[in-house]
Amino acid sequence: MPLQNEHEEVDVLIVGGGMVGLTIAAALGGAGLEVLVVDRSPPPHQTAPAFDGRASAIAYGSRLVLEGIGVWSRMAAEAEPILDIRVSDGDAPFFLHYDHRDLGEAPLGHMVENRVTRRALHDHVSELGTVRLRAPGSVTGFDRAGSRAHALLDDGTRVAASIVIAAEGKRSPTRTAAGIRVTEWTYPQTGIVCTVAHEEPHRGIAHERFLPAGPFAILPIVDADEPDADAAAAPDLPWRHRSSLVWTERNAIAPRILELERPAFDEELRRRFGDFLGAVRSVGPRWSYPLSVLIAERYVDHRLALIGDAAHAIHPIAGQGLNLGLRDVAALAEVLVDAARVGLDIGDLSVLERYQRWRRFDTMTLTMVTDGLNRLFSNDIAPVRLVRDLGLAAVNRMPPLKRLLMRHAMGTLGELPRLARGQPL
Amino acid sequence: MRTWDDGGGTTLDPEEARRFEALADEWWDPHGKFRPLHNFNPARLGYLRGRLVGHFGRDPLARRPLEGLRLVDLGCGGGLVAEPMARLGASVVGCDAVPANVGAAAAHAAQAGLEIDYRHCLAEDLVAAGESFDVVLALEVVEHVADVPLFLHACRRLLRPGGCLVVATINRTAKSLLLAKIGAEYVLGWLPRGTHDWRRFLRPSEIAAHLRREGLTVRDVTGVTYAPLTNEWRLSADTDVNYMLTATAG
Ligand SMILES: Cc1cc2nc3c(=O)[nH]c(=O)nc-3n(C[C@H](O)[C@H](O)[C@H](O)COP(=O)(O)OP(=O)(O)OC[C@H]3O[C@@H](n4cnc5c(N)ncnc54)[C@H](O)[C@@H]3O)c2cc1C
Ligand SMILES: C[S@@+](CC[C@H](N)C(=O)[O-])C[C@H]1O[C@@H](n2cnc3c(N)ncnc32)[C@H](O)[C@@H]1O
Repeated sequence: MPLQNEHEEVDVLIVGGGMVGLTIAAALGGAGLEVLVVDRSPPPHQTAPAFDGRASAIAYGSRLVLEGIGVWSRMAAEAEPILDIRVSDGDAPFFLHYDHRDLGEAPLGHMVENRVTRRALHDHVSELGTVRLRAPGSVTGFDRAGSRAHALLDDGTRVAASIVIAAEGKRSPTRTAAGIRVTEWTYPQTGIVCTVAHEEPHRGIAHERFLPAGPFAILPIVDADEPDADAAAAPDLPWRHRSSLVWTERNAIAPRILELERPAFDEELRRRFGDFLGAVRSVGPRWSYPLSVLIAERYVDHRLALIGDAAHAIHPIAGQGLNLGLRDVAALAEVLVDAARVGLDIGDLSVLERYQRWRRFDTMTLTMVTDGLNRLFSNDIAPVRLVRDLGLAAVNRMPPLKRLLMRHAMGTLGELPRLARGQPL
Repeated sequence: MRTWDDGGGTTLDPEEARRFEALADEWWDPHGKFRPLHNFNPARLGYLRGRLVGHFGRDPLARRPLEGLRLVDLGCGGGLVAEPMARLGASVVGCDAVPANVGAAAAHAAQAGLEIDYRHCLAEDLVAAGESFDVVLALEVVEHVADVPLFLHACRRLLRPGGCLVVATINRTAKSLLLAKIGAEYVLGWLPRGTHDWRRFLRPSEIAAHLRREGLTVRDVTGVTYAPLTNEWRLSADTDVNYMLTATAG
């Protein structure tokens, strides 16, 4: 006899429980909406260190969002404040210097390892009575035509929701099924990501170097409290002070670098890293990501909203992908909660268009700026270098322009949703 | 047929009814003729929620704070306000002078799974039927009725003791002539030309005077203004163009 299929009635169905999906689940669930999150990978797999070795820069505005939702306190102890950002062009003497004191007392942002953020989000939503998580699980079919969206899950469960939020990352199948087209271009570059240990403390300084192959970012993370697995093999090398590295290489070279044995890999690393923090070595696994930019032609459809990388995946040069996603969260959560509060149908296009109007401009600007920066800097032609060196030095000498760029990097520019201003939903 | 003393007048302006009849299938099209009204809706619903929760002492954080209240939406059109009120828990009666509007509203509510009692009638017909309500809404309708004093008299007759009446309409100022009439109808093309007759717009003081004569207490007048940059409407102190007014019985 066939099993009686389960039927679930919720306000919101979120497909994809990555960092962005879980954050909006926490925001909406915290405001009293009934939420179901479906993710194809099981949660323990997601929080294991090997799943995501990256650390993300959480801009000041994003921290406010996480604070407003109540998640920040679960990750604050493992967040390293960024006190200063130094941008330099190869080994040219000119550099752009962002000091948080130019703007006040708050740090420019924090570096947090993604697994820390994921764990904090999982812990938080598991304590909310309003959010349920189906992982592993997936949606096998949608019908969004009527006054409720209906989804069929792989285990036969039927879900009815007022709105579906697609937070499945760059390759969002829900976006594709909705017929929303994307504009996409790829860079002939690969992002190599790993953690490094160095002798001297980083003093909260982030470095972004524009090397000929592309940006090379050194991002301060919290000190380790015990030696890593490789430390015993190299007793005279450092282990306590750590940074996270995003190292862009040409596609032709990246695979070869990734395959190098550790001593040879560390040799390549030192050539780019330098010795300003004393001895340095890589720690733990290496990851690589093909770099491409993708923007959905629209962020909403009837009873559907795209969020995070599903809506826009930008070049990681400015470390803004997650930050943009968290600003989406703040805007979409406010639009939906405001609508629910006054009795509007939260999946109605007239409600969702407010989210799209709000986010579209911010995303487009940042995509264009980071694309432009990458094209300008991944270039070793002498006159271009001279112009951009002078340009960087000029920005440094122009405080108002610099403050504007910094505000954007911090995520506090433009008309901000309540959460991004540090106010409750 | 009517049993109450209305002097035999009517609030129905047939010219107005014909205009709305022609638009009846556009109510729920977010890109149709009523787009400005959809855009306007969050601000006025916010006002309604705030006022009603305050007046009836309800929990401001509740999902359905209007539970147990009987509400009538006079001149409900397609039900753009009636539906949210039902979602907030009110038991809603919607009435409109145009049969096609009532049909469109009922069809949409059925699809949305909301139980709303839509009736094709005028405000005075509900009075004649002996109906009474905790909440009476007259949103964007006084500027379309034939006899304002009679309409407001009917509003008061429908109100239970302790009940709450909310009127939303457009002021009669130089600014409203420029923005709401010439701007919206001729320049921006938001509303069909001829939608409004500016001379029929009422000042807040005029509505308040009528309501006081009816024995109601005016509690609040709030403006609703348009912010072109964000394309959104906000509640504000500026009542020169759109405004909302709350009065209570006792
Ligand atoms: C090299 C690199 C460095 C970066 N550095 C930074 C940085 O420093 N700061 C920053 O802000 N951003 C950074 N980013 C960008 C950032 O990582 C992303 O923007 C962010 O992870 C997007 O989160 P998301 O939740 O939208 O998507 P994802 O993290 O991709 O999550 C998607 C989730 O959906 C699930 N899923 C996918 N498909 C399905 C399906 N069919 N059914 C159910 N579930 C599904 C997945 O299991 C996953 O959990 C970087 C990116 C790269 C490539
Ligand atoms: C501008 S619409 C407002 C609709 C609705 N209240 C809203 O705000 O979404 C005015 C409505 O009032 C109706 N109407 C006009 N005169 C009326 C009357 N005397 N009695 C009832 N309804 C009337 C019209 O048919 C029309 O649907």
